[in-house]
Amino acid sequence: MASLEVSGVTVSYGGNRVLDGVDLTAGPGRITGLIGPNGAGKSTLFDVVSGLRRPAAGRVSLDGRDVTRLGPARRARHGLARTFQRLELFGRLSVRDNLLVAAELGPDRRHAARAVTALLDRLGLEHLADSPAGALSTGAARLVEVGRALAVRPRLLLLDEPAAGQDGPETERFAALLRSVAADGTAVVLVEHDTGLVMDVCDEVHVLDLGKVIAAGTPAQVSRDAAVLAAYLGDA
Amino acid sequence: MDGFAAFGIVGLTTAAVYAVIGSGLVLTYVTTGVFNFAHGAAGMMAAFAYWQLSAGWGWPVPVALAVVLLVLAPAFGLLAERALFGPAQRLGQAERLVMTVALLSGLIALARWVWDPNVPRPLPTFFAGRAPLRLGPATVTWHQGLTMVVAVAVAAGLWVLLHRTRTGAEMRATVDDRTLVVLAGGDPVRASRAAWILGTQLAALGGILIAPTVTLDAAQLSLLIVSAYTAAVFGRLRSLPLTFLGAAVVGCTESYLTGYLPQNAYLPGLRLAAPALLLFLALLAFPHRRLRGSDERAGRAPVPAWRGTALLAAAIVAAGTVLAAVLGEGDLVTYGPVFSLGLVALSYVPLAGYAGQISLCQLSMAGVGAVVWAHLGADGAWWALGAAVAVAALAGALVALPALRLSGVYLALGTAAFAVVLDRWIFTLPSFEVLGVRIALFDQGSVELAGPRLFGHRLDGGAELMVLAAVCLALATVAVAALRRSRYGRRLVALRDSEAAYATLGGGLLVAKVAVFALSAGIAGLGGALYGMQLRSVTADQFSLVAGLPVFLVAVIGGLGAIGCGLFTGTAYIGPVNLLVALAPGSQNLVALLPGLAGLGLARNPDGLIPAMRAGVRRLAQGLTARRGESEVPVEWWGVRRPWRPEDGEVLARGIAGS
Repeated sequence: MASLEVSGVTVSYGGNRVLDGVDLTAGPGRITGLIGPNGAGKSTLFDVVSGLRRPAAGRVSLDGRDVTRLGPARRARHGLARTFQRLELFGRLSVRDNLLVAAELGPDRRHAARAVTALLDRLGLEHLADSPAGALSTGAARLVEVGRALAVRPRLLLLDEPAAGQDGPETERFAALLRSVAADGTAVVLVEHDTGLVMDVCDEVHVLDLGKVIAAGTPAQVSRDAAVLAAYLGDA
Repeated sequence: MDGFAAFGIVGLTTAAVYAVIGSGLVLTYVTTGVFNFAHGAAGMMAAFAYWQLSAGWGWPVPVALAVVLLVLAPAFGLLAERALFGPAQRLGQAERLVMTVALLSGLIALARWVWDPNVPRPLPTFFAGRAPLRLGPATVTWHQGLTMVVAVAVAAGLWVLLHRTRTGAEMRATVDDRTLVVLAGGDPVRASRAAWILGTQLAALGGILIAPTVTLDAAQLSLLIVSAYTAAVFGRLRSLPLTFLGAAVVGCTESYLTGYLPQNAYLPGLRLAAPALLLFLALLAFPHRRLRGSDERAGRAPVPAWRGTALLAAAIVAAGTVLAAVLGEGDLVTYGPVFSLGLVALSYVPLAGYAGQISLCQLSMAGVGAVVWAHLGADGAWWALGAAVAVAALAGALVALPALRLSGVYLALGTAAFAVVLDRWIFTLPSFEVLGVRIALFDQGSVELAGPRLFGHRLDGGAELMVLAAVCLALATVAVAALRRSRYGRRLVALRDSEAAYATLGGGLLVAKVAVFALSAGIAGLGGALYGMQLRSVTADQFSLVAGLPVFLVAVIGGLGAIGCGLFTGTAYIGPVNLLVALAPGSQNLVALLPGLAGLGLARNPDGLIPAMRAGVRRLAQGLTARRGESEVPVEWWGVRRPWRPEDGEVLARGIAGS
């Protein structure tokens, strides 16, 4: 059974359809890419899946359970975690406390402190553990946000441009981290403008343009798709 | 039928005034982003100035009107923009809000200083000598007619200004994007100044029109703004037509309640509280907002060290003991509230400092605690103190309900409305029964409070009560420090930093907000009970919205994120004020101005004085000379921006060795 199943999701702002009947699935242990030009509706779809925005139509299921009417906190308790395109760190807390808040809200709060120490080590963030999260550079802050999402031990992880601000070697390390997260059985949905990273790590890629899924398939299939090329490069 | 029409005319007249004032409020808010709590106070000052010129000094009415509306009001608006709110643009919404509260508090104190509140100042209505007009079954005085004509003219004038002039276009564009206005060759500063000038003129016009029909009282006139707030909230603080509609609803509701409310002892206050109740309901009817994202300008909430907390608690108890030993009985009554009002101020720390929820009704919660202790603790039983805390906490939880939908300005408005409902209605009720239980409040006057019993001995002396209050403040300070260090404290700070992130991690907003409102109201309730014991007799006025504003301001000046906020506020609010008055009895009015003036200086130090003082002490301890010798290398290669520390060298060396 798919961890995430989105069917026919539609969102409108005023008269403008930002998402138009979008379908998407993500399975455990797999990394699903979601790409598209700016304004395609990727972050809006994440908002709908995580419960921050109600769709005008459509359905969102987590592990086969319809969660369309549930709020973000209840969806999180069903195993969903996410990061944000615009950083949403707890800026006045230290990096360790950012992860600790998440771990204490997760399923194993009794061992939260130990889990956070292990997670800081896994992400290479020990040296920043006591720094205020609000003082971090963009690349480090995005990594902390990923760590905070991992601290709740999610079964479905939505990552919104997590590699923005990272250089080549950092991106490679991040790709390895994503593979290890998926290998643990987590379903990962990745929104990312670094198409190299997407093509490298994703098992399947969905392409959004103007609120509609215009292509879906393996990275190789999608990269040859005429509609995708037109969306990215223009019809000329 | 005649009565209905007559009340309708009165209601529409009042509505016209609210519409004029409310439209000024909306105009300032949408153009500058500042919700001006002092808007009504500006109208109040204009009304007093008009009285001074026309009735006081006998100037002709047209001259007095022209001076107030065309000289004083624009000058005040311009001064407010240039000296206060223009420079405050870089501050967060909460800090700007506090500055307007400071201005409100300062203007009320200034008016009471200049115009003795004990002297009646009747102001004649316009065209008072002319016979009223008859329109069918209704009679309309010339003053009422003029007021309605002015409201229509204001509506038309604003429409022309906003849609047919360059200044209006600039003002509307500034609302959308200040940067784009500059790129398009516009001047957002000019638009802001125009909004402040015009907004103040409209407040002045409203103040002058309503002053002849009410008592010329600084606090009463300033709080008439609650009705104008309600009108503005009907317009979602953006729409002028809906603001006018809201004004009509509020004005007519007040008028018809006056005419048709059944005569009994429980309902007169309802009419007075009606605008605040409507405001509360209008805020509750707001559509659910999206969860708030990160607030980069939020103030700090440092984790208190146990050692520092223990020292602070010991210092509080020591200070209480020393003061109790050296002060005479009279001075104990004067300076006793240092610790009990300190508790009320401390209640802001978890609520506003950690969780970022602005409440203007904490002194009302203290009033709830005082009332409960007065009635249940008459024989000194300790459980009654627990009951005072519990009932205040329950009232706090009630306030939390709108907080689920509101934040920032709207939450401040909601809590202010709650305080006004308590002031004007609930606290004035005679005793009543609910399910066979008799509930008494301030008994429509004052209530007596005695101290608790300890091992059979009644703690009734000023010295004993001062030590008790100091011990309670010390314990509460330790408890708040423990809270900040706890899982729940981390959650509150996380909630303030990003509601959206907190919720998507599985954090429940309802539980967190209700709990923090209840907790802080409980602390305030304890403070209120102790405050009452020290004063021995209290009235509802001592726990009103206006009385609570200076306490709030001093707490903000101290720093809402610091656990020393309670001691700082109690000391700064009670100590220097009474000391100055004792040394120079004529300085009472000047002293009343101090919290407002200090609050206006918030732009210089938004985190408060306590963090600045602590940093100063730390610098002193470390030795300024040694500090200057340290290199200030930013360690951005780690992804963190801060000065270089000695241990960074070791980490760098390990990194190089490992690469």
